[in-house]
Amino acid sequence: MSIIIKSTSDIKSSDITSKSVYMDRRRFMQQAFASSLLLAADAMLPVWAKRWPDPAQAPFRADDKLTSFEDITSYNNFYELGTSKTDPVKNAAAFNPRPWSIAVEGECDKPGVFDLEDFIKPYALQEYIYRLRCVEGWSMVIPWVGFSLAEMLKTFEPNSKAKYVEFTTLLDKSRFPGQSRRVLNWPYVEGLRIDEAMNPLPIMAVGLYGDILPNQNGAPIRLVVPWKYGFKSIKSIVKIRFSETRPKTTWNELAPDEYGFYANVNPEVDHPRWSQKTERRIGDAFWKPKQKTAMFNGYGEQVAQLYTGMDLTKNF
Amino acid sequence: MLVISDKTVRLVLKPAVFIACLLPLMLLVVGLINDTLGANPVEAMTHVTGEWTLRFLLITLLVTPARQILKLTWLIKFRRMLGLFAFFYATLHFITYIWFEQYFDWAEIVKDIIERPYITVGFSAFVMLIPLALTSNKMMIRRLKKNWVKLHKLIYVIAVLGVLHFIWLVKADYLQPFIYGVILLVLLSYRAYQQRKPATPAEGRRCRRSSS
Repeated sequence: MSIIIKSTSDIKSSDITSKSVYMDRRRFMQQAFASSLLLAADAMLPVWAKRWPDPAQAPFRADDKLTSFEDITSYNNFYELGTSKTDPVKNAAAFNPRPWSIAVEGECDKPGVFDLEDFIKPYALQEYIYRLRCVEGWSMVIPWVGFSLAEMLKTFEPNSKAKYVEFTTLLDKSRFPGQSRRVLNWPYVEGLRIDEAMNPLPIMAVGLYGDILPNQNGAPIRLVVPWKYGFKSIKSIVKIRFSETRPKTTWNELAPDEYGFYANVNPEVDHPRWSQKTERRIGDAFWKPKQKTAMFNGYGEQVAQLYTGMDLTKNF
Repeated sequence: MLVISDKTVRLVLKPAVFIACLLPLMLLVVGLINDTLGANPVEAMTHVTGEWTLRFLLITLLVTPARQILKLTWLIKFRRMLGLFAFFYATLHFITYIWFEQYFDWAEIVKDIIERPYITVGFSAFVMLIPLALTSNKMMIRRLKKNWVKLHKLIYVIAVLGVLHFIWLVKADYLQPFIYGVILLVLLSYRAYQQRKPATPAEGRRCRRSSS
């Protein structure tokens, strides 16, 4: 490689980086290095450059063919960014997921408010390939980057009163234009029973396909509970609360006869307005028939024991 | 009052409107071939055909008020075509459901029609459109005489069921079906108002002519 050294007379003054830009860049680089999440911390690079350093492979990997990155990032239910499936990708740029902090509160010994980077730092990121089944009757296979929810929750030392975990999405009309219309009772709230949350399957996802989580997929951090309908996997989380009583979750409160608290994927229990027996796998050719939906979305081996003795028709 | 000759209507306007009415279908087919309908093309097909059914129903219902208010008598010549396009898109909507949504699972289809209110009303509206489409030709108009007008009043029921079908399938955001509902309400109110108002002889003549 040859290095061309220009004589000072060749350099135009406009080519010289101004001190302030240079200092900004320097400060930025220092911050970036200070963080172990070098790439994630950077909100200035284009989306395609925001990648996690190669995450390890998690033991949970669905064998199904992966849904394309394009489909995963252009077909979303994320009402905070609009109610149509294509709204979130269109409005994604308006939502800036930095700065971001997460409050952990309620029945635990180590509550606190954490900056996103500090929140993520203690956990090893892994790639989990999970099926995602939407309550509307379609499904995807997504390679998430994330870490175990159980491992994360244990850090905060939940006490014996912690029977449930509640998650809340950011409430901010200026960043979530969809919240200016009262389509849902904002902010979005979801929850799990503590034993469900402590199961090894659920993860906190911060990326997909190795990229940091695209805005329309719930940046910067979201929940993924693969045996439950997609609406349980709450996006853009700002608060985690341990509670003794069952959280009032958004869709369940809106239409309790249609969306249960548990919302386990179950082909035997129809949504009152449509069958849950089959699902359309996103990416399949349009002339292909839908495929059969599996009990617990195929994760029965890992989670069925959580519901022994429960009537899943009533506790849907 | 804009007067347009029968010839212009027949040779220019009607073919132009016909092609325009086929545009949504053409765009859908092009999208399907080029795979630009997004991640869920079947959902796109269902939505596009359903939305255009509703739009054509409302446009058909708009013909009479537009003709009377704008005093454009020749507009009536488009009503049959527009109504038939509503039926055409409803048929495509129904086929999409039978074929791509249910994949000819007749047991599930029957269950859907019986148990799920939004499908019950949607299916009923589609069934009611069939006799209207079948009796839309000149021969049937002549044969059915006054009964033809009575039979074709079903369009009001069909439009209401169509909007209801939309409202009942929505998960949370009712804005879209609300817009269709408001337009339908305006169109129906206009007719209710016209009914109560004693018709002038001239209007009566126009109405009689229009139904042939």
